[in-house]
Amino acid sequence: MSVIFKDHEAGLRVQTKWWASRTAIYMTLSIWAVVCLFPIFWTITTSFKLAPDVMKGNLIPWWDFTPRWKGWESIGLSPRLIGEVSTVREEFFKRFWNSAVVSISASLLAVILGSLAAYGLSRFSYRFGFMKNSDISFFFLSQMILPPVVLALPFLVLYKSLGLLDSRIGLILLYTLMVLPIVIWIMRDQFQGIPIELEEAALVDGLGIWGAFMQIVMPIALPGMVAAFILSLVLCWNEYFFAALLTSTNATTLPVMVASQTGSQGINWWSMAALSSAAILPLVIVAIALEKYIIKGMAAGAVK
Amino acid sequence: MNTDGDLLHTVTADNISDSRKRLGKLMVWGTALFCVMLALLQAIYQAGSIGIGFETWRPILYAYMLWATALCAAQVIVNGEKGKRTLFVLPAALFVISLVVFPLLFALYISFTDWNLASPNGPQPNGWDNLVQMWNDSFYWNALTNMVYYVLAVSVEYVIAFGLALLLNAQIRARKFFRVVFLLPLMLSPVAVSWMIGKSMLEVRFGPISRIIRDLGGEPTFFGDPEIARFMIMAMDAWTFIPFIMIMLLAGLQAMPSEVLEASKVDGASGWQSFKEIIFPLMLPVSVTAVVIRIIFKLKLADIIINVTSGGPGGATDSVTSFIFREYRDRSNVGYGTLLAMVYLVLIVIFVTLFLKLVSRWMERPA
Repeated sequence: MSVIFKDHEAGLRVQTKWWASRTAIYMTLSIWAVVCLFPIFWTITTSFKLAPDVMKGNLIPWWDFTPRWKGWESIGLSPRLIGEVSTVREEFFKRFWNSAVVSISASLLAVILGSLAAYGLSRFSYRFGFMKNSDISFFFLSQMILPPVVLALPFLVLYKSLGLLDSRIGLILLYTLMVLPIVIWIMRDQFQGIPIELEEAALVDGLGIWGAFMQIVMPIALPGMVAAFILSLVLCWNEYFFAALLTSTNATTLPVMVASQTGSQGINWWSMAALSSAAILPLVIVAIALEKYIIKGMAAGAVK
Repeated sequence: MNTDGDLLHTVTADNISDSRKRLGKLMVWGTALFCVMLALLQAIYQAGSIGIGFETWRPILYAYMLWATALCAAQVIVNGEKGKRTLFVLPAALFVISLVVFPLLFALYISFTDWNLASPNGPQPNGWDNLVQMWNDSFYWNALTNMVYYVLAVSVEYVIAFGLALLLNAQIRARKFFRVVFLLPLMLSPVAVSWMIGKSMLEVRFGPISRIIRDLGGEPTFFGDPEIARFMIMAMDAWTFIPFIMIMLLAGLQAMPSEVLEASKVDGASGWQSFKEIIFPLMLPVSVTAVVIRIIFKLKLADIIINVTSGGPGGATDSVTSFIFREYRDRSNVGYGTLLAMVYLVLIVIFVTLFLKLVSRWMERPA
C-alpha cells in the first residue's frame, strides 16, 4: 500500500483502512487458530487432570490446577511407572506397533505399486482388451468412490476362509487398496511434470526403460513419492471402519482401542484423554515436521 | 492427455524364439491350472467327500500369487521389450482386480441371500425379499436423506475453506505457523476427534462448551435434539476436513498468475469485484476437484457417527455407512446389509457421474 503524503487527509484515510483490514485478517486467523488448537489443547491438558479439576472446569495448567500423571499412569506411561512392568502399557504398545506396522507397510506397498502404474500410464500407451490408457486411469481412480461398506462384508467372509481375519497382513492389503487411487493420482501428476527428454537421453546412453526409471526418473520424483507416502500414512493410521470389523484381539489398531474405551461408562476422563493424546501425538508431530510434503501431496492434481 | 501412441518411444529388435514363447505360456497356464486344481481339491474337501485338504484356503491364495507372479514374468518372456512396459501397470491392475472385482461379485451373490451369521444354515438365496424389505425399511431411507443433508453441508465447508485460503494467501506474517495450525485437524483420527470433541468437550455436565452455554443462560443439549445432533456431527466432520479443501484451494490461489490481479487493480476493480470477476472464475477448476473429492469422502462418513451417537437420537444422525455397520455388528444381518451397501454403491455411482457431467457441461458454457 503506497501512502505518498503522510500528512494529507486522503493518505491518512488510506492508512486507517489498511490498519483496519490488517486487524480483521489477523483476528480471523487467530480465531480459527484457536478453533483448530483448542480441542488438542483440551485433550492434552485433561490427561493431566484429576476428577475435581474436570468437574470444576479448570483449564490452564499451573494457573488453576496442578498437573498430575494420573491419566498417563492408567496406560502405564508416567515417570513413576516407566521402570516397572505394566500390562496396560504392553497392551498400548502392542496396538501402537500394530498401527505403525500396518500403516507403514500399506503406504509403502501403495507407493511402489502406484508409482509404477502411474509412470507406465504417463509414458506408454496400453491396450487391455477394450481399455485404453484413459480407461485404465479411470478404472484406478474410480476405486476412490467405492464405499468401504460394500467391501467390508465380502472381505470378512473371504478373510475368514483364508485365515487372514484378525491378521496384520489382511489389514495391510485392504489399506493398500484404499490408498492406491490417491497415490496414483498424485504420482501421475508428478511424472507428467518430468520432461520426457531426460529419459530419451538415458535410453540413447544405453539404459533400458526400467533402468531409466530407476536411475533417472525416481530420484527426481522422490519428493512426490514422499508426499504420497505421508498422505497414505495419515489415512491408514486413522482408519477405523475396516479395523473395527476385521480385527478382534491380535491385530487391533489404535483407533479401535480408543473407540473401545469410549464406550465404557463413567467419567474416566483422564485416562481417555491420555489415550487420545497418545494416539494423535505421532501424527501431530508428523504434521509439524513434514507439513511441506503433506501440502505438496494434496496440492498435486488440484492444479494443472 | 495425449493417449495415442507412446510418449516415450523405444525401438528394440526383439528376437524371441518359439521355445521362449512356449516357456512363457507354459508358466502361465501351468500355474493357473495348479491354482484351479488346488481350489477344486479344497472345495471337495470342504464339502466332505475326501480326506485330504488344508485347514484354510490360505494355500490357494499362495497358488494365486504364484500365478500372478508367473503372469508378470511371462510378459517379459513372451513379449520382450513390450512386456517390460506392461510390467509397470500390470502389478497394480492385478492387485486392484483381485481385491475389488472378486469381492464385488461375491457381494452381489450374498446380497440376494438371507444370510445371518447367527443362523446355522448359511446363505440361502431368497430372491427379491431383501429388496422388498429395503423398500419398506424407513431407517434406510432416513439414512439416505441424512446423507443428502451431509453432502449439502459441503457447500458451507467450501465457503469457509475458501475464506481461509484467501486469508492465508494474503500478505501476512507467520504464514507457515498458521498453515501448520490449520492443517492439524486433518491429521487427527476421526475416532480420537469423536472422543475429544463429541464425548468430552460437548459433554453436557462438564464439557467446556456446555459450561459456556450455561454461563450465557442457555441449557446445553447437543445430542438429544435431532436437528442439533445432526448439526454437531456436521460440524465435527467439517472441523476435520476443512483443512483438506483449504489446502487444495490455497495451491490453486498460489498457482494463479499475479499479472491478472495486478491488471484488474490498475483498472480500478474493488476487492469484491476482483474476487467475483477474476479470482473465483479462475479458481473454478480447482474448486470442482476439491469439492468432488470432498463429497466422495463425505459419502463414506461413518467413524464419528458410530462413536459419538451411533445413529441416535432416533436415527437422526445416521449415515448409510454407520447404519449398515450396525446391521452387521449388532444384528449379524449379513445378506440384507450387503444388499443395502450394493444399492448405496449404485446410487453413489449414478450421483457422482451425473454430478461430474453437470459440472463439466456448466464449465464449458461460455461465460
